[in-house]
Amino acid sequence: MQITVTINGKKYTEDVAPDLVLLDFLRAHGCYSVKRGCETSNCGLCTVHLNGKPVLSCSVLAVRADGKSVTTLEGLQKEAEEFGGFLADEGGEQCGFCSPGFIMNVLAMVRELENPSEQEIQEYLAGNLCRCTGYQSQLRAIQKYLAWKQEGTK
Amino acid sequence: MSYVNSRVRKKDAMSLVTGKPVYTGDLIPQNTLVVKLLRSPHANAFIEEINTAAALKVPGVAAIFTYQDVPTSRFTTAGQTYPEASPYDRLILDKHLRCAGDPVAIIAAETEAAALKAMNLIKVKYDVREPLLDFTKAKDNPILVHPEEDFKALCPVGADNRRNLCSTDVFEVGKVEEALSTCDVVLTRTYHTKANNQAMMETFRTYSYLDEYGRLSLVSSTQVPFHVRRILSNALEIPKSQIRVVKPRIGGGFGAKQSAVSEVYPAFVTLKTGRPAAIVYTREESMTNGSPRHEMQMTVRIGANKDGVIKAIDLYALSNAGAYGDHGPTTIGLVGHKSLSLYGGVEAARFACDVVYTNTMNGGAYRGYGATQGIYAVETAVNEMAAALHMDPCAIREKNMVLEGQVMRTYYNETCNSCTLDKCMAKAKEMMNWQEKFPAKVLENGHIRSVGVAMAMQGSGISGVDIASVEIRLNDDGFYTLLVGCTDMGTGCDTILAQMAADCLDCDIDRIAVRGVDTDQSPYDTGSYASSTTYVTGMAVVKTCEKLREKILEAGAKLLDIPVEDTEFDGKRVFCPGKDKEVSLSQIGYASFEGHNRCISASESHSSPVSPPPFMVGMVEIDLDPETGKVEIVDYAAAVDCGTVINRNLATVQTEGGIVQGIGMALFENIQYDKFGRMMNNSFLQYKIPTRLDAGKIRVEFESSYEPTGPFGAKSIGELVINTPAPAITNAIYNATGLYFRELPIRPEDIALGLLHKDEN
Ligand code: FES
Ligand code: FES
Repeated sequence: MQITVTINGKKYTEDVAPDLVLLDFLRAHGCYSVKRGCETSNCGLCTVHLNGKPVLSCSVLAVRADGKSVTTLEGLQKEAEEFGGFLADEGGEQCGFCSPGFIMNVLAMVRELENPSEQEIQEYLAGNLCRCTGYQSQLRAIQKYLAWKQEGTK
Repeated sequence: MSYVNSRVRKKDAMSLVTGKPVYTGDLIPQNTLVVKLLRSPHANAFIEEINTAAALKVPGVAAIFTYQDVPTSRFTTAGQTYPEASPYDRLILDKHLRCAGDPVAIIAAETEAAALKAMNLIKVKYDVREPLLDFTKAKDNPILVHPEEDFKALCPVGADNRRNLCSTDVFEVGKVEEALSTCDVVLTRTYHTKANNQAMMETFRTYSYLDEYGRLSLVSSTQVPFHVRRILSNALEIPKSQIRVVKPRIGGGFGAKQSAVSEVYPAFVTLKTGRPAAIVYTREESMTNGSPRHEMQMTVRIGANKDGVIKAIDLYALSNAGAYGDHGPTTIGLVGHKSLSLYGGVEAARFACDVVYTNTMNGGAYRGYGATQGIYAVETAVNEMAAALHMDPCAIREKNMVLEGQVMRTYYNETCNSCTLDKCMAKAKEMMNWQEKFPAKVLENGHIRSVGVAMAMQGSGISGVDIASVEIRLNDDGFYTLLVGCTDMGTGCDTILAQMAADCLDCDIDRIAVRGVDTDQSPYDTGSYASSTTYVTGMAVVKTCEKLREKILEAGAKLLDIPVEDTEFDGKRVFCPGKDKEVSLSQIGYASFEGHNRCISASESHSSPVSPPPFMVGMVEIDLDPETGKVEIVDYAAAVDCGTVINRNLATVQTEGGIVQGIGMALFENIQYDKFGRMMNNSFLQYKIPTRLDAGKIRVEFESSYEPTGPFGAKSIGELVINTPAPAITNAIYNATGLYFRELPIRPEDIALGLLHKDEN
């Protein structure tokens, strides 16, 4: 099936197998930040933005992205560095394998929710598993990042 | 500037948070064969016939291998120092399938689709036998997991394949029976911990190729590159000199990758076909055929006097090795040594154990390595004793806990040179507001808020066994290269070792380039396990820096043409105090790369005769709904003595992460099999690890002792921190309900039913 997908601002028109999932399509196009952690849509490692909304790329067929635009962490390097700096300062990227998917969802949350409460943050990100950190450092990083952003917009 | 004891960012942090391709799966070259394993649907079966003819016709299939094609030397996949305590009990592929998922055939194809198609076309006729699934019935059971003649144990661990024994052991200090007979109260309790999967986010994976010298090269997500080299040599029957193992960034290990789970398959394919080959385990494979925590049943007999003095502890542990003995004989040792030693003053203690084979997935190393199970049992027994004596569980510990200066008779007679367990207890009580909250209070909505406590210890490396070496080179312009053989798996050891080196060499941490691990280039290190890296490898760094400083002084003195005794080195220059003579490190570096001078490098190795334990106290506050039995973690206070903290951030996050894994063990995680021995909960859909909504709030404080044998006074932290949640939560549930649950995980239905029966009685 022929599809046209924009990945991080660049347009690709290609023939793909109908059962190809977006995750594999993206990795085949050099988006190695997109990781697979499960086969059951439970880990959140594969989170990317499809037309600006976070999706699990393991559970979206590549053909469903036809005519749409996909953003991965490769396309958000500035934001990744900004928030990533806060995460790094908390030691919240331990093995880092969950970090890209997690950061993609954090960036989506920041766009979607204004001034999220702690509970809202935890609920929004509940689908992003991390086996290393126990989540506390990630929360600290998010709260500091949000405060920093608030400062900036004042 | 001092880097030790500060919050340094990890050296690789920014590449990880920006999603750079630094993991094994990101590095697999184009045109690499995809390797898949056909796995046994039966827990105990023999292959009668296997036919690959149709499968080999699938376009894109490069090769299929069966048990007829592989070498016949038995080996272990446990990554341990040679001679390994784990028996040599497996083949790459075997005619006898000993657990569900045991590999039946290796398929190599150009694409995953071709490999999977071929897999479906392999015809196998199995002679299916009754599986041995109940580990409490395994010893001397007529069903033998390892009936083979060539079963081999390298070490005298008491292995006997004719009895399904992987190992057996007993030790006693003092006279336990005598001491118990004089106690006012003796309790006998049996506890059951389950197999848990490490569930690191990056599953097992490896790729291999023949390099330009024709040698077998592997890139693998492993904690033990040097051990993998030996394991492959054993398995493939090729010389170690023909093998190279490289470790890139790793997506978590927690001990799982202390076994060579995935390495042999692509390596064998590459050897046979000459082609690059890669295997990436699915989550399901990682769940069904990984290297999980050993399931154990432990019976504790504990005796105390009315005043709360514990006089004797007798502990028996039965461990389920599963189908293969990886880490079986060693894991069990920690069950005794690292639990009983929390109570230094007991008159007598005994530990006895059996490790048995069954037709379930083999166990392996999981953070805590047996200490977790042993501490859960002993700490819960102590809590039960406190209840029996109507004592506060903190008070009974304050009376009996190990103290600095004590000789730990159940811990290889080592003297406890650094220990602030008493201060940890005081700190945790203060953090939790224990006096106020113990034992429980009922909220307006009917929920019960209660608290629980446990202590824990671990080791720092394996005494007299682990070896670490590092090399530091001075380069032109005066920067250093630090070569390490220990494996950073997210733990940050590359960074903390650089922190130590920077302090020893008085330089900026950015002037130290760290490189690990490539078995062709890195200095030898047993690997990152047994909480060894900070303590053992760290000491190798300290020693190497001392040596290097001497060499720098010599080189500087030579350039200045003055006696070396008159010189000093301040990290930037070698100079003669009081005189106007100096040469910069940069100049020394350049000079060392030129003509008549010598390159300046130093390499030292370290091994410790002792394994000083880090200690901690964990306290939990839970919210328990008596209607549904649901337990929520409200607050977790951890007071930790890991000696000097090298990196506050990383030590804090280690603690938080370990505690949440421990919460998973206590409340959710349990590998379950159906009656055929197939794992039922083989995905994250069914095998639930804690999400951020389950973790509660965790607070960590350090009560640092100073360990005289450690680098900068440091001990370990990585494993210790998983040990308190199970006993502390069990204790809190008791304080809420008056019921002791002696089997993990403690599920809501257990609690709700328990309360129901309690009311009925
Ligand atoms: S890979 Fe696990 S949710 Fe997509
Ligand atoms: S940092 Fe390792 S899984 Fe999150």
